[in-house]
Amino acid sequence: MLELRVNGGVYRAGPEVGRSLAETLREELGLTGTKVACGEGHCGACTVLLDGVPTLSCITLVHTVGEQEVTTIEGLRDHPLVHAFVRADAVQCGFCTPGQIVSASALVEASPSPSPAEVRHAMAGNLCRCGTYPKIERAIAAVTGQEPEQLLRGTPRGDDGVPSAKPDA
Amino acid sequence: MARLIRTEKEVEGRYSEQWILVEEDPLEQWPAGPLDVVGRPAERIDGIERARGQAPYTADLRRPGMLHTAGLRSPYAGARVSRLNLDPARAAPGVRAVLEPDDTDVLTLDACYPGQPVAAVAADSFEQARAALAHIEIEWEVLEPLLDPDEAVRRGSLTQEARRYARGDVEAALADADVVVEAEYRTQTLLHNALETHQAVCEWRGEALEVWISTQYIWGVRDELAEHFDLPPDRVRVVCEAMGGGFGAKNGAGDYSVLAAELARRTGRPVRCALTRREENLASGNRNATIQRLTAGARSDGTLVALAGDFVNAVGWEGWLASTAGPMQMLYACENVRTVEYGAKLNTAPMAAFRAPGFVEGTFGLECLLDELAARLELDPLELRRRNHADADLVDGRPFSSKNLLECYRRGEVHWARREAVRARSEGPWRRGVGLASQTWYGGGGPPSYAWIRLGSDGRATVVTAMQDIGTGTRTAMAQIAAEELGLPLERVEVALGDSARGPFASISAGSSTTPSMGPAVRAAAADVARQLIEIAAQRYHREERVLSLQNGEIVSADGGSWPLEKVAGLLGDGQGLGKGARGPNPTGMRVLTFGVQVAEVAVDIETGEVVVERIAAVHDVGRVINPLGASSQVEGGIIQGIGHTLSEQRLLDPESGAVLTQTLDAYKVPTIADVPEIVTEFVDEPDAHLTNLGSKGLGEPPIIPTAAAIANAIRDATGADVRSLPITRAEMLRALKEAREQTYAHEAG
Repeated sequence: MLELRVNGGVYRAGPEVGRSLAETLREELGLTGTKVACGEGHCGACTVLLDGVPTLSCITLVHTVGEQEVTTIEGLRDHPLVHAFVRADAVQCGFCTPGQIVSASALVEASPSPSPAEVRHAMAGNLCRCGTYPKIERAIAAVTGQEPEQLLRGTPRGDDGVPSAKPDA
Repeated sequence: MARLIRTEKEVEGRYSEQWILVEEDPLEQWPAGPLDVVGRPAERIDGIERARGQAPYTADLRRPGMLHTAGLRSPYAGARVSRLNLDPARAAPGVRAVLEPDDTDVLTLDACYPGQPVAAVAADSFEQARAALAHIEIEWEVLEPLLDPDEAVRRGSLTQEARRYARGDVEAALADADVVVEAEYRTQTLLHNALETHQAVCEWRGEALEVWISTQYIWGVRDELAEHFDLPPDRVRVVCEAMGGGFGAKNGAGDYSVLAAELARRTGRPVRCALTRREENLASGNRNATIQRLTAGARSDGTLVALAGDFVNAVGWEGWLASTAGPMQMLYACENVRTVEYGAKLNTAPMAAFRAPGFVEGTFGLECLLDELAARLELDPLELRRRNHADADLVDGRPFSSKNLLECYRRGEVHWARREAVRARSEGPWRRGVGLASQTWYGGGGPPSYAWIRLGSDGRATVVTAMQDIGTGTRTAMAQIAAEELGLPLERVEVALGDSARGPFASISAGSSTTPSMGPAVRAAAADVARQLIEIAAQRYHREERVLSLQNGEIVSADGGSWPLEKVAGLLGDGQGLGKGARGPNPTGMRVLTFGVQVAEVAVDIETGEVVVERIAAVHDVGRVINPLGASSQVEGGIIQGIGHTLSEQRLLDPESGAVLTQTLDAYKVPTIADVPEIVTEFVDEPDAHLTNLGSKGLGEPPIIPTAAAIANAIRDATGADVRSLPITRAEMLRALKEAREQTYAHEAG
């Protein structure tokens, strides 16, 4: 049996040798927020943090994780980025979004006010086929305090002052 | 009363005659502009669950005892199985069932394209299923594949009869034209690569089949599987609450659903069949390559007198002939048009709809040709398009239900006017330029489509309909429409969708049709509930119904007094207000189309051939915009996919064997965040006064249509080179630059 440290808890799992961290998280621990979209480390949907470092869990053998702390999207569910992504509309089909948020969380942790070039560099390994990229940049900028008031701009009409239809409750 | 009519139904440019039961649509449209909820930016109501990884994708479903499927696929473009022994696979660890071509018609011994499925194995784990494939004993007789679309046309290898269209007299018009331009354009094969691969989980309960599937059309999957397994359709339940992208490739049930259902039937267990990323790139649909040989004739004032095109669509082994000629027939007021479209039947994987199929390809050719014509005429490309604006549809003479393309042009002027400044920023090998392209497409939606609304005694409403939200945000748009009609804040409306057993029939999410098809039905259902609430309030508070209305969560009386909705609804106790709504008809005798223009700015390194898109401004006319925030995301997403289509994406085949060389996401290059230019989006946002109670058209497809041509035209503006083949790789860019230089020398020498 393996002991895995995930999101602050300790889990025992018995994966076969050769199993990936992503499959173990999804199949044995039931943590399906981590998505597998390519299974060979090309798209970033499976990104988790290992001791805070973004890692492609679909090409990480679970037996190599050892004592490292694994952080998945389930461990970040109240991270300000989650709400920033929703407010900025950086979520279309949503399949890549957990991986995007995990990658972005490491970026804002390491660099509290990243430049646009740093954001692009850090996020270039997370593919989004729907093309939410401009909104992802906006969500990260909002969390790093760079242009929060512009979050809901991008509204296509000329009058930027139109307030949000956010619930009044 | 509902009327039964025989009418033309359009999905993605494919028309079919059918009987449709049309319900009345008596509601008047809301006034134009932002209302209380509709027309204002709204967060996605399911955004938080998607962001947290909690949304229930098919990929995440785990049923007790579920088996996993792996498929044996042909490695050859054309080959016949001469010997097949599946017994070793049957004996492999964990294997519960094996299917061969005798068991189901989605498997074959005669492979006609690479990746065509031959056998399927279900095992306790996917790893075991895949390992079992290696034990299958198979021998092939390999055949010579047909891969060249032009050669296929020459040999008469066609998927259907050539489609011919003509109006006026093209030959005479060309003979009279002051200027004639001819050019050949080529577009490449493109792959959808939605991040959730095609997949389904099937489970039998008695004589009924349950299907969880990543799909764009719950009801289509239901009907296909019911027919395949000879079941009454309501014995097939299809569920899709969240799905990870489709882009047109998930309109049907697919072979994977049939395999999962058949394996589940044989084993009595739930069975998952999910394509791997490599299978996704091999044989799950594509935007087929095209060859377009185009001619335009014009008078010296820019009036288009003739357009002609021969289009070869590399359809693949099967599929349909997307309307690559559509833009040439529809976009301009040209009296003389002749098009021929051939569907080349090849030993390549079948095409599938891909976000405005045909029109993306055809608009690249047509709109590049227009700019080549503008250059010959020494006319401003925007002015050329204005002069040829179509005031009515020339294909069948019908008026447009609404058309604001000239307004798109007017709003695009400010972006177009940047070209002097952009060109002036050219520096060293980097040349800068600006180009534009126009667009038309369908997007009117249509009946039938239904929605119900349930209002509880807590004054909250739920929209119930068996549609799907494929990631475009239609779930949120439906909530906004219901909230607006009920006078409720958005947070008091839920949407229950994605289950054929728990809601009425709803539209396919293809052809930019979900919002224009479903939105009016949702509004009608909400109006039905609103009427009931007013009847209750009128009795309880002794008012005439005509003085009561729903506003801001209250029932308001024009002659004084207001009561919170939850107080009125609270009288229901366990009772509920139940509303029912249906999509009314499209306007008779009118063409319902969407329009737009995009202006691209590019930088080209003329030494290396590198092309960088620096800015794209998009102005689209899709009627009333329900959610400006979500709409801007749709446009950005379409443009970004369009940039990939233009510069980097390409399915490559081995030219001898036909094997697919680009099966992974590092080989098939979709855009990353680092490839995204500044994108400016704007909508005319004028409700279509003739179209339903909403005046809204669809937006999923229009934004991807003009992008490639706008970029190619900007490249011409920057460098003088005509790029006529996609993708515009560095090699293609350098070839075009060399050709332009040689033409300049020849011109100077002459």
